[in-house]
This record gives sequence, C-alpha cells and structure tokens, in this order.
Amino acid sequence: MRDLIIIGSGPAGLTAAITAAEHGLDVLVLDEYHKPGGRLLGQLYEEPGGTWWNGIEESRKLAERAGVLGLDIRLGKSVHNIEQVNSSWLVHADCETFEAKSLLLATGAAEAPVAIPGWTLPGVMSVGAAQVMTNVHRVKPGKRGVIIGVNVLSSAIAMELKIADIEVAAIALPKTNQVNGSASNPTEVMNALLHVSHMAPSLFVKMGSKLMKNDFMKKMGITFYPKNGVRMWDIPVMLRKAVIRIEGTDQVEGVTLATVTADGKVIPGTEEVIGCDFVCIAGGLYPLAELAALTGCPFYHINELGGFVPLHSQDMRTPLDGLYVAGNITGIEGAKVAMSQGKTAALSIAKDLGQDIADTSLSEAVRQISSTRTDAHIQFHPEVDAGRRKLQEYWDLHDAEKRKVMV
Amino acid sequence: MTERILEHPVLGSLEAGKTVTFTFNGLEYEGREGEPIAAALLAAGVRTLRHHEESGKPRGIYCNIGHCFECRVEVDGIQGVRACLTPVRDGMAVRESGVLPSPVRDWRKNNA
Ligand SMILES: Cc1cc2nc3c(=O)[nH]c(=O)nc-3n(C[C@H](O)[C@H](O)[C@H](O)COP(=O)(O)OP(=O)(O)OC[C@H]3O[C@@H](n4cnc5c(N)ncnc54)[C@H](O)[C@@H]3O)c2cc1C
Ligand code: FES
Repeated sequence: MRDLIIIGSGPAGLTAAITAAEHGLDVLVLDEYHKPGGRLLGQLYEEPGGTWWNGIEESRKLAERAGVLGLDIRLGKSVHNIEQVNSSWLVHADCETFEAKSLLLATGAAEAPVAIPGWTLPGVMSVGAAQVMTNVHRVKPGKRGVIIGVNVLSSAIAMELKIADIEVAAIALPKTNQVNGSASNPTEVMNALLHVSHMAPSLFVKMGSKLMKNDFMKKMGITFYPKNGVRMWDIPVMLRKAVIRIEGTDQVEGVTLATVTADGKVIPGTEEVIGCDFVCIAGGLYPLAELAALTGCPFYHINELGGFVPLHSQDMRTPLDGLYVAGNITGIEGAKVAMSQGKTAALSIAKDLGQDIADTSLSEAVRQISSTRTDAHIQFHPEVDAGRRKLQEYWDLHDAEKRKVMV
Repeated sequence: MTERILEHPVLGSLEAGKTVTFTFNGLEYEGREGEPIAAALLAAGVRTLRHHEESGKPRGIYCNIGHCFECRVEVDGIQGVRACLTPVRDGMAVRESGVLPSPVRDWRKNNA
C-alpha cells in the first residue's frame, strides 16, 4: 500500500509531494486539471522589489522538481468520493480506486458567484475564468469587459487583463439583493479595500500611475466618491455605480449600470447601458472543502478564512487519523502560504508514519507559515491572523475533549 | 471574435504548438494541442457550448476550472464532459447534448 495520496497538485499539494518524497515516502498525486500547478498557474503580479510573480514559471519549477524525484502525478482524475476503511484511505477517482495509509487534501479554493439578472448568458464568467483564459490559455476572454465586484482578486485580475491589452470598461459593484450582502454596499467595500491597501500598498500604487497611496485614500471618501469612479490603471473603479442587469440575447452585449447611495440603494432614473462583450463576476473566494466533509471531519465557519474550514492543527493534522489538509482548503491566502503549509503537512505525515523527523524541523516549518503570512504581498482577508487564532481555539477545545475521553 | 494573445509583455511570446483539428456540432475547428476544448472554441469566436437541458437557453463557460459544470458537452459520445478541463485532440467530435425531456414539469403545466 502507498504511504500517501495527495488530492490537488496546486502549490500546497505539489510542495507536500516534493517534501514527502524527499523523506522517502511513496506518494501518489491526483488532480482533475490537465496541468499541474492549480490556481498558481494563472497568477501574475509585480512584487514590491519589482520582480514578477509568474505563476506558470513557479508551477513549472515545482513540476520539474517533482519530475526529478520521480513523483507519480496523475492528471485528469476527478476525485468524487473518499472513505476510511480499516485504517486505510480509499480514494475514488472517475472509475478507479486508489488506496493509501494517509491522505492529504489540497483541493484549494473556489469562487463564490454573485447573482445578477442575465448572469447565465455566454460571455459571463468568474473573474478567475478570465484570468486563466488570458494568462494560461492565452486566449482573450473578449474585447471589452466589465468586472462586477470590487475586491483584491478582481483588482489584481483587472490589471492582468490590462497588461494583456484587453479593455476593462469598468469595475463596479453588484446590485444589492438578498444574496449579494456586503459585496454590494459601497461603504463596506471601501472599508475592506482600505484594509487591504496597507498590506499591499504597491498594488494600489501600481494601479494608477498618478494615484499614490495618499491620493487614493483621499479620493476614497465614499460620500464624495466620484460617480464615474476613480481610475486605477486607467480602469474606472465605480463604487457608486452598481450593475443591475447584464444585457444580451444570445451572448453578452452590455450591462446596465445605476448610481447607488452610500449604502447600496439604486437611485431611480440613473440607469445607463454600457457596451461590452464579456462580464466577469468577482464574488470572492471560499475554501473548496467538500471532500473533507465526506470524512466526518468537524467544520467551523470562520469569516476571516473565507468560510467553512475543516478543523486542523497548526501542523496540518485533522482530528481523523491519517487525514491532513494544506493550502486554501484551510483558509483563503496566497500561494506562498499554501506552499509552506504543504511542506508542514508532509513533515507531519512523515513523522506519523514513523520517519525520523525532528520536532524542531516541524516547529520551524510551522513558524515559516506565519512568517510567510506576515510577508505576503496579497492578503485576501485583513484579519486572517485573528481567523487562525479562532481556529486554534477550536482545535485546543477539541484536543481537551479528546484527552478527557481518554482518561 | 476573440483572439489569441501571441505576445505578452511579461509572459513572452506564445510558444509554437501543434495544431489539431476537431469538430463542434459537426463544424470543423482548429485548436492548439493540449489546450482545453473551451479555450480552442473561444479562440475561434464560439462562446455558446450548449443550450440548457430544460430551458434551452444558451450557456458557456463560467468558472473555467472544473467547478461549476456549466461547460458540459458531449465528447466522442460521452455526455457531461467539462470543456474547460478536457484538452482537444485531433479528430475529437464535440457536440452539445441538447434539450432533454422534462416530463414532470410538462405534466405539472397541464395537470396541476
Ligand atoms: C480562480 C482563482 C484565482 C486565484 N487567483 C489568485 C491570485 O491571482 N493571486 C493569489 O495570490 N491567489 C489567488 N488565488 C488563491 C489561490 O487559491 C492560492 O493562491 C493558491 O493557489 C492555493 O493553493 P492550493 O494548493 O491550496 O490550491 P489550488 O492552487 O487551487 O490547487 C488545488 C488543485 O486541486 C485540484 N482539485 C480540487 N478538487 C479536486 C478533486 N475533487 N479531484 C481532483 N482534483 C481536485 C484542482 O484541480 C487544483 O489543481 C486564486 C484562487 C482561485 C480559485
Ligand atoms: S466552466 Fe465551470 S466546470 Fe467548466
């Protein structure tokens, strides 16, 4: 029987596979995508020092290292069920079943949709879909797009589209309805953006040639927010306009925008149509954790981590024997944090399988996760540290309960 | 029509690749070997991958990474294949599965 199956070949899964193989474990990696790298593949941004974080290049490096180690990575395999039978893990992927002593779930994140009339029309896609089309497949998602949803990911991808010479006519909010919640409230969106701007100042500095941080802050006063938006990278960011409908018969032809009040209410009579041939919906990211839910692993809802996350310790163990998690399944963060979590998970797994792993190397790996988090260029949630502390409290509680049972 | 990004200021030139020929709803298209069906079709200006099984409304990709199943098509006779994940191959026959019968809804319309 194999030592370890890893589901997901994103930065977390690949780094874990490499670390585990370096420690002599027999590893199988499964991924439904046709390339290794996961969501790292589409990433492209300039780091503070002026170097580019090129996701394709980073993925290639990881895959190359995996190749040198002779790792068994099977692509195009969708895992639809997992079960623990007689202390081994059975993984069902398409028509095959694989078995291992331990299982690492590194399935990453998914994008939350935003409900807007017309959103099923061809040409409407998630903002990540446009990122992958542009940077990975090198096909333009369209000639002129509108992005609905103002957040870190949509701002970053707007820039990426711009770099690839694709016009972004506007970034605007979604219309308020029962589903869209705070994502359609201009004041709350602006507060969230201001939180982010201190963590990634260069992101905002980059966005507008003349828009230095303070200038941006000044313009951000929501009540005085210009109706036609503030331009970032020459793209109007409209916090006082919301998309109320996506227009088109057989495919996207435009969107209807309306001016909204500071708390997101549409002001009647302000509707205008702008033309575009694609629309990106940016509803934010949440951990893709369905497979963990199949195991009976406890879950907690932690807003700062992006939603429901499987209970896990700092060293990436879950309460179930032989089950581990790493990467965005544990909370929404950047790829470098995912990598450091993957490494930590692999060390925990190797240790639990009886390999000689010094406690100090494991605790050093855990420390590295925190320092990577502190240095992260992109932070999806400003309070991610608080989220991690909450989770740790749940873990400690769980641990205490377990000890009580054992006594 | 959409286009391919041949030159990218950071990612560089698009590597020369092998061209493959496949069909979609009986019409012939060309794609780059290894790219997903959805990317090849979009590069050829095709956004609509299917019509909804019940309503008949046009649909295309949504997530582009395998999560939403909006891009499901029939590939060489196999239904429910995700066009955003499945690489194009020479001679591949892709088609939309079309509108399916919805007997319960139809019954309700006339009887309930
Ligand atoms: C659309 C999108 C865009 C993003 N863009 C950015 C960005 O620009 N910058 C940034 O810093 N972060 C971005 N992120 C966050 C991103 O999740 C992290 O940066 C990082 O990639 C997480 O790594 P991971 O290894 O945990 O998961 P991922 O990189 O998501 O990899 C998970 C892998 O698991 C596979 N998988 C999932 N479920 C199954 C299954 N059931 N069977 C088989 N395989 C499965 C997937 O195919 C995928 O390859 C983005 C996330 C998403 C969803
Ligand atoms: S577009 Fe979502 S699964 Fe293919």
